[in-house]
Parts: sequence; structure tokens; C-alpha cells
Amino acid sequence: MSAIWIIAVIFVIAIAGYFLARGRALASAGSDPRKMHSLPVYYGTNAAMAAAGPALLILLAWLIAQPLLINNSLTQYLPTEIRGDAGETSLAMADVNRIADGLDLAVAQGAMTVEEARNLSVETTDIRAELAAVGVALGSDVDAATLALAQRYRGATALGDILKAVVVIGLSLVGAGIAYAMTNKDFRARRYVESAVKLILIAAASVAILTTVGIVLSLVFNTIEFFRAFPAADFFFGTRWEPSFSGRGGNSDLGFLPLIWGTLFISLIALIVAVPIGLFAAIYLSEYASPRVRSIAKPMIEVLAGVPTIVYGLFALLTVGPLLLSAFGANGSFHLGWMSGGTAAMTAGLVMGFMLIPFVSSLSDDIINSVPQAMRDGSLGLGATQSETVRQVILPAALPGIVGAVLLAASRAIGETMIVVMGAGAAASLSMNPFDAMTTVTAKIVSQLTGDGEFNSPETLVAFALGMTLFVITLALNILALYIVRKYREQYE
Amino acid sequence: MLDDKYHADRAVGTMQDKKITAKNVQVFYGDTHAIKDVNVDIADKTVTAFIGPSGCGKSTFLRCLNRMNDTIDICRVEGDILIDDEDIYDPRVDPVQLRAKVGMVFQKPNPFPKSIYDNVAYGPKIHGLAKTKADLDEIVESSLRKAALWNEAKDRLHQPGTGMSGGQQQRLCIARAIATAPEILLMDEPCSALDPIATAQVEELIDELRQSFSVVIVTHSMQQAARVSQKTAFFHLGNLVEFDDTDKIFTNPQDPRTESYISGRIG
Repeated sequence: MSAIWIIAVIFVIAIAGYFLARGRALASAGSDPRKMHSLPVYYGTNAAMAAAGPALLILLAWLIAQPLLINNSLTQYLPTEIRGDAGETSLAMADVNRIADGLDLAVAQGAMTVEEARNLSVETTDIRAELAAVGVALGSDVDAATLALAQRYRGATALGDILKAVVVIGLSLVGAGIAYAMTNKDFRARRYVESAVKLILIAAASVAILTTVGIVLSLVFNTIEFFRAFPAADFFFGTRWEPSFSGRGGNSDLGFLPLIWGTLFISLIALIVAVPIGLFAAIYLSEYASPRVRSIAKPMIEVLAGVPTIVYGLFALLTVGPLLLSAFGANGSFHLGWMSGGTAAMTAGLVMGFMLIPFVSSLSDDIINSVPQAMRDGSLGLGATQSETVRQVILPAALPGIVGAVLLAASRAIGETMIVVMGAGAAASLSMNPFDAMTTVTAKIVSQLTGDGEFNSPETLVAFALGMTLFVITLALNILALYIVRKYREQYE
Repeated sequence: MLDDKYHADRAVGTMQDKKITAKNVQVFYGDTHAIKDVNVDIADKTVTAFIGPSGCGKSTFLRCLNRMNDTIDICRVEGDILIDDEDIYDPRVDPVQLRAKVGMVFQKPNPFPKSIYDNVAYGPKIHGLAKTKADLDEIVESSLRKAALWNEAKDRLHQPGTGMSGGQQQRLCIARAIATAPEILLMDEPCSALDPIATAQVEELIDELRQSFSVVIVTHSMQQAARVSQKTAFFHLGNLVEFDDTDKIFTNPQDPRTESYISGRIG
């Protein structure tokens, strides 16, 4: 019985439990809901949750655990020389799983009968061809030992599936039964439903936190691996970024400095563009604009935030780059010759700045709005003009929050990838000229990981070290921003 | 004995010139007719109290006197309001200048998140009232003295004004309003967020301010109106029902609505 069917059965039990428990509760109170502890719907919900909750959880765990356990127990039948090596073992087991799944598929599609599949032999049947016919491509011909393991795997899986169905559906029935037995008019079903709701909410919150932990852990382990293969001092203080990709022979220079220089340079340009424009837009919207203008303009500015970054990248590559080149290039209108190609730190920085405008303006707008109206009244009541009020009362009061917004924007800028990949070029350089091509940490992570590299050479593992460093920097910025914002909040509440 | 003193003061108050004259003032918030046909003369060097139940329009009318209602888009004011015989709603009048002349103190103490000194110096700085730093120090000190706050504040002038107690903050706001050298002080329920002791201090201060300013105070407390004011105006449902000497309003009101209100039957 497949998982879908088990879930369907659980749902049927849950729905049946709902109506039975509800009916029983009503009956015990003589059909008068006023005599019951909880509303009838709570008794039903409680039974439905008892039927579905534990059963679904066990089903989920079972689906994850069963293949792992079976694979583990089958590994012992592999030849010793394969078992010795983790990589070989996983390859061999992948073959076994593939054949087993292929046979199941063949049976399901009617290409074989159950009997035929069970009694296959490498001598009489070309298994590779048979499976290719149902769409499962195998890398090599099947040998007898592998087929035997695959058959064992199928046997164990079939047994496991039956057990699974029995256990899970049984659990569902037991849950529904217990809830039904407990149901009477004085049973506090409402409390039970309340705690179940709380559990669901806790689970939702945990997913986000656990994901963060998982990401950090995966970064940490790979980073440690990288530093085993590459000296940390050369990484953090190296001024050259010249990876040799083959990993054969040539020593790579994997210096971090040119990348972080590019990152910070481009982010700085972006912030120089985004902060004044975003802040002025926010001041206009929150202090000057009439409600009508505000209700139209604010969503329109926020549309900018919805543009995918790849589209900004296109804009940088096809519009802003050539435009800048025509102004600052060798043959440009100013004959300055500062710029030699369309891709430059300036191109990426400008476009990234545009991207950050709605981010800065929307956060600052909220912060400026949270300055109490009493401050404005106080200042206007003393005969200050609107801009004096903004400059001398509102901005100082909102400043910590605005700094927080700017730091959040900075961490966005540092983490931005697509715009720099397309707009800034690929050369890692420590140049001071904003019109030179540069590259950033994120862009290099992309270029180190795209392609066929295996995750065992310093050239690919460096991506994790880069990611980790970037994560630490943006995390520090975010914490600083949150700290500042929170400190500011306390001032008025 | 205290009562005698007030009676004497009131007699002086009625003899002063009129400072503010309102003629047929109507105020609309969108479609709501908030103030209906108010006529009133407010005397100089006098404390005038506006009393009335919540929503009667007394605060709205107060805010017309320094055009604070201009900051509300849907608010519309008709009729004439003259200060020193000058129409403050005349297009040639700059509301910013007007508000320097007609200071305002709000219901909740609202010191800026700046130092005590900077709070008081704010108005003089934007209006350029001080030529030198010494001038400014002088203005700050005299304003704080007039607001009866100097002794408490002189040692902490450069600490944030938001760190003071509620009553001190309100007196700081009064000092801040005084610092721009206004002629009229508008107070919108200045004691409603204060405890009784702070209230008593502010009331005492209001009585002293009468020496130099024309004070208009909106209050919910009839006792407060009786204690601090020489003239009282009773507002009800947007109408100015009665305007007379304070002791007359409280002892011998002419209008039955006034009588109901001060005896606690409506409101």
C-alpha cells in the first residue's frame, strides 16, 4: 500500500472520528451544548487530531528511516573490498536501489508479472534491456550478486511497506479510539485542541530555526575541510585570486582580500546611491505627501522591490553599462578614458543602489512614521517649518532606526549576487578605480561551484569558506542593526 | 483667604484689553461641523479656561488660534479670528510666524529627545532670537526660571529632557514655549497626564504666567478651571454656550446647560 493510500485511510479515520466523537459528546449531554465543557466542534477536532497527528508523524519518520535501515543492513552482503570504501559502497548501493526500483516499476507498468520479477536470473534475461524499456537506464550490465541484493532489497521493502501500513493505520485507529473513549460532556476537549494548536505553531517556528542551524553546520564542516587543504593565512591575507581549476599540479592563489574589497567597494557605491534617495523618498512620503499621493506612490516604489535581481542584472549589463561606457570610456562624451568595458564596479553599484531604494525607503518610512505625532506638533507649535521639523526633530529621533535600516540594506548589498555576476565583471582586482571591473565574494562562489568540480579540492571547497565569511559578516551587520533598532524602539514605548 | 485673592485678580483681569477676538468661527472636519458660530473676546494678561464635555470642540477651537489645524488636511476654518486686530487667517499671515507668537503646550508632555538645554533653545534657534551663545544661555535660563524649573534643571541642562518626571517634562514644554517670547500661550489639557502634585505645580505656574502672557487653557477639570482662570467659556456640542467671569459661571450660570454641566448632570 503506498503512502498516499495510507494517508487517505488516515483521513477517513480522522473524519469518522470527528463525527463519532462529536455525536458521542452531544449524546452524553442530552443534545444540549450548554451542558458540555467545550463546543461540540472541539470534541470532534480532538478525535480527528488524535487519529491523524501521531499516525502521520510516524508515517513520515518511517518513510525516511526505512530505506536507510534496509540499505545499512544490506551493506554487509557487499564484497569486502567494496565495503571498505565509503564512496564505492554508496555507488554499489545506488545500483542496487536502481535495479530494485526498476523492477518495481516494470511490474507496475505490466512489463513483467510479479512472478517473473521475483524469479529473474542474469543468465536468462537481459535485465538492462528490460529495464531500459520501462525507462530506467542502468550504467552497466547487471551481475548476479547485485541482482540478488536488489531482490533482497525488494523483499525487505515489501515487508516494510506492509508493516508500515499496519502500524500507521493501527496507530490512527487506536488514537481515534482513545479520543472517542475519553469523550463525554465533561471532557476538556477545548484545552487539548489549544495545546495541539500551540504544538503546531512551535513546530512551524522550529523549522526556520533548524534550517538556519543546518545551513551553518554544513558551512562549518566544509570550511574546516577547506582549511585542512589550504592555509588559513593565505586565504585571509592573500592579495591574489587565481584559482587553477584542474586541481592537477598548479598551485592556486585563493586570496580573500580582492574579493572582499570588490564586495565592499560595490556595496559602498550602492549605499551611496540608495541611502539618500531612499531616505528622501521616505521623508516625502511620510511627512509631505497627502494620503492620496501616499496610497499611490508607496506601492509603486515597492514594486521596485519585487523586480527579480536577474532583471536588474540585465538592466546593468544592457543599459547602464553601455551608458556609463559612452560617458566615461575612452571614446566617451567626456574623453576621460576611465572605463574600458561596460562591466565595472560602478555599473553593478549603481544598479544595486536602485535595487536597494525601496528597501531603504520602506524601512525608513515605517521608522519615521513611528516618531510620535506629539513631536511634530511640538515643533510646529513652536513655529518651525516642516523641513526644520524633519531635520531637527524627526530625523534625530528616527536616526537609530534609520541607521538600522541602512545596515540591513548593507547586508543585502553584500549578499547580492546576480547583479554583480552580470554587471561587475569577473576579474578579481584590488583597484581603486570604480570604473574598473571587479568581482565579489558571492560572484566567486557561483563561479567556483558551477561546472563539474568535485567537492574535494581547495578550489571548490573555498566556496564554503567564502560563504562562511560572508555569512559571519552579514550576520554581524544584522545583529548590529537589530540591536540599534531595538534600542531605539524602547525610547517611546 | 485664597478665594479673596482670586476675586481681586479677576477684577483686574476683566479690565484688560482684548487680545483675541473670534467672530462667527465655524470649523469643519470633512462633513462634520465641529465648531458652530463661536464669538468670543479673550483678554490680555488673563487666564481663560475652556470647559465642556469631551468632543465639544474646545480643543479644536484652541488649535484654531495658532492655526495648528492647518496640519490636518480635511479641516476647514471659516469666520474671523483676530489677534491684536489682525486676521490670522489672512493669506499674508505666515502660520510659522504666528505660532512663534502664539505658543502651545500639549496634553501629553512632548519634550524632544534632546537635552534640556536644546529643548528650550529650539525655538530661539529657529527664529534667530539669539545673536550669541551667551544670549541663548540667557534665554534658556530665563525661560526655565519663568517655568519654575531652573532650580531642578540647572545641574542637568545637558541631560535628555525625556529623562525627567512627567511634571518636570510638562514644565519643560512650557519653558520651551516661553522661550520664543510669545504673547499668548495655549494649553491643551496641560495637566491631564500629571499626578496631583505636578498638577499643583503647573497650576501655580499658570497663575504666574498671567503676569506676562494671555493664557488660554482647555481643561476637563472644573476645579482646575475655577482655580486658575479668571474667565471661563463653556462649550457644548460645538457651540459656545456661555462665556463670563469664572466665579459667575460657577456660582450663577445663565444657561441651563452650563448649570447642568457644572453640577455634573451632563458631560
